[in-house]
Amino acid sequence: MKQLMLGNEAVARGLYEAGCAFVSSYPGTPSTEITEAAARYPEICAEWAPNEKVAMEAAFGASLAGRRSFCGMKHVGLNVAADPLFTISYTGVNGGMVIAVADDAGMHSSQNEQDSRHYAKAAKLPMLEPSDSQEALEYTRLAYELSEAFDTPVLMKMCTRISHSQSVVEPGEREEAAPRPYEKNGEKYIMMPGNAKRRHPVVEERLAKMADWAEHASVNRIEAGTDYKMGIITSSTSYQYVKEACGDTYPVLKLGMVWPLPEKKIRTFAKSVSLLVVVEELDGFIEEYCRNLGLACAGKNFFPAIGELSQNLVARQLTHRETSGLKLDEVIPPRPPVMCAGCPHRGLFYTLAKNKLTVLGDIGCYTLGAVAPLGAMDSTVCMGASISGLHGFNKAGGNEGRTVAVIGDSTFMHSGVTGLINAAYNESSSTVIILDNSITGMTGHQQNPTTGFNLKGDPCAKIDLESLCRAVGIERVRVVDPYDLAECDGAVREELAAPGPSVIISRRPCALLKYVRHPGPIAADPDRCVGCKSCMRIGCPAISISGGKAVIDNTLCTGCGVCAQLCRFDALSGKKEA
Amino acid sequence: MAAKNIMIVGVGGQGTLLASKLLGRLLLGKGFDVKVSEVHGMSQRGGSVVTYVRWGEKVYSPIIDRGQADAILSFELLEAARWTEYLKPGGRLITNTQQINPMPVITGAARYPEGLEGKLRALGIDLDAVDALSLAEEAGSSKAVNIVLLGRLSRWFDFTEAEWLEAIEQSVPPKFLELNKKAFALGRAC
Repeated sequence: MKQLMLGNEAVARGLYEAGCAFVSSYPGTPSTEITEAAARYPEICAEWAPNEKVAMEAAFGASLAGRRSFCGMKHVGLNVAADPLFTISYTGVNGGMVIAVADDAGMHSSQNEQDSRHYAKAAKLPMLEPSDSQEALEYTRLAYELSEAFDTPVLMKMCTRISHSQSVVEPGEREEAAPRPYEKNGEKYIMMPGNAKRRHPVVEERLAKMADWAEHASVNRIEAGTDYKMGIITSSTSYQYVKEACGDTYPVLKLGMVWPLPEKKIRTFAKSVSLLVVVEELDGFIEEYCRNLGLACAGKNFFPAIGELSQNLVARQLTHRETSGLKLDEVIPPRPPVMCAGCPHRGLFYTLAKNKLTVLGDIGCYTLGAVAPLGAMDSTVCMGASISGLHGFNKAGGNEGRTVAVIGDSTFMHSGVTGLINAAYNESSSTVIILDNSITGMTGHQQNPTTGFNLKGDPCAKIDLESLCRAVGIERVRVVDPYDLAECDGAVREELAAPGPSVIISRRPCALLKYVRHPGPIAADPDRCVGCKSCMRIGCPAISISGGKAVIDNTLCTGCGVCAQLCRFDALSGKKEA
Repeated sequence: MAAKNIMIVGVGGQGTLLASKLLGRLLLGKGFDVKVSEVHGMSQRGGSVVTYVRWGEKVYSPIIDRGQADAILSFELLEAARWTEYLKPGGRLITNTQQINPMPVITGAARYPEGLEGKLRALGIDLDAVDALSLAEEAGSSKAVNIVLLGRLSRWFDFTEAEWLEAIEQSVPPKFLELNKKAFALGRAC
């Protein structure tokens, strides 16, 4: 029966139908729901790994053991997993192995917009790229066939608009993939120089064979047009924008496999049209390939390499017929994301802002601590960079004694702990604050090794952060409640003053977690409020000033009481914690 | 038939996704090709959010561009003003009159424009403004704003009330069903 499915859910359905037995991923928008949906199939052993490198290596291990395996990640996650990626290209697989990577053009929820297709080329791996949910399912199944036929891991490239769009899918049945026997084969799987030297030619031959396959593959199809003045090469969501803007007017070469590319098919298509145009999001990847073939074509001279495309953008350049609407002549204030009311990070960031500290930040909800009025962050680069960056910053004598790192519990597990080992080993006086909200927040509440639950929701081993920090050599480890401003302030001042590295664990579960009970809204007393706006310094969306007095939004306020601690006139009072 | 387009806009956390999921399911049941595009991640944290629902014989793009929405359903007044440009000429703008101050307004860095309803009407927009928060509270919970607005939007479609109620039944937990049915009825009436 036809169903509406997110592209990500359709990939998971493809995993199920292809008989995939093992899934290991790290969450990352827009890729997260693939693994969450896969976990709902009891036939699939699905897990969250601490990071993408671990996930890919675990998936490779499952492939080695002879089962079909999968790992999924966002574009920047593939940077973390790039090390195994380039070498499992050499080893090839035993059971089929598929790696999904979801790009985020437009940076809806990312720190950069890199184009993952370059990884396929660099690691000499095939990459499929669906343009809707039905293709996401079919390509996933195809990816396993290719993986086993050509002895290679296969990349599936998703993007925000494919991952997070629901479209119609006709699901099929699961076909169990018989486990392939594991046989010891050092020449194939032990990548030391002597063996790797013999594997590299195999990789090059494989790529050439895959390119031949791509010439005849139905996923690379030419759609006829009525006007051959122009012909368009495109893929993924760009294909949908082209069809939306031009209908069936111009012929289209729709690529379902974006690496390796079908040289002959592209040459034949180019010959059939007067002007060849490549429409692709982010980099001119296909365009560059065409130019290297000596084909004249248009591409990034008409379409931006920055941000997402859209049907209007494509229409403007190809048909000069874009649509427009009525614009209100009014300054509409932006509505940026904010820390939620009751967010446990708020009290801690207020403390950092109040003490005017330099704060090296990390990736997660708490990056919102950078936003006004808190503004308590100086840098955010990638997962784990806060702790390692702080070490270098302090060693270089930068604002020493006034600088901290902040990192979430899941991010600390991902790649913060190695930075902490470095701080202990190389003896810096770093003060690291772990914002432990007992969940992976930004991606929508995924479990991680510190929460005591696994992806399937079952209780499991729980990493004890205090013991872990002490074990790597940090002697000063303490826990604070971020709802208690005086405690936070005292802890931060003491640890900055103390010699040697230290860790402050700011511990409170995310206010949005269902099991967290809130005491209920704070009451604002207009007779006591003098309108000093002290409570506004924490940037809580539940507090505003109306008629010169503080007003609490009862639908948002959880009663965390941080604002009440800032009021010197007792105008804000809360109930006792439930 | 050319594809029909509806945008559902609001503030992250208001429940816009439920409305689009429900609508998508109903449209699929009628045999249409359907695409529903959502945005997850950071913008859900109280930011401006938008969901696109498209249906027809064949739908290509998962998104809706400027001047293409047959209707916009807005969960908040400022968001209605933000996305007006996406309305097709003659399209209908259904908006909640509730105002939620964005952080730049709360901190005093920006101001919430006044008289937006009047200004939208003056622009010649077919505006249907409804106080969904009051109706949701009347139904029993301020959290039912999304279902009140869905009720309002339902007047724009040919589906029967029974079809809508069945879709709601499939989408909300049983213990909130009566509340949501009441919220839907209040939005659909008047």
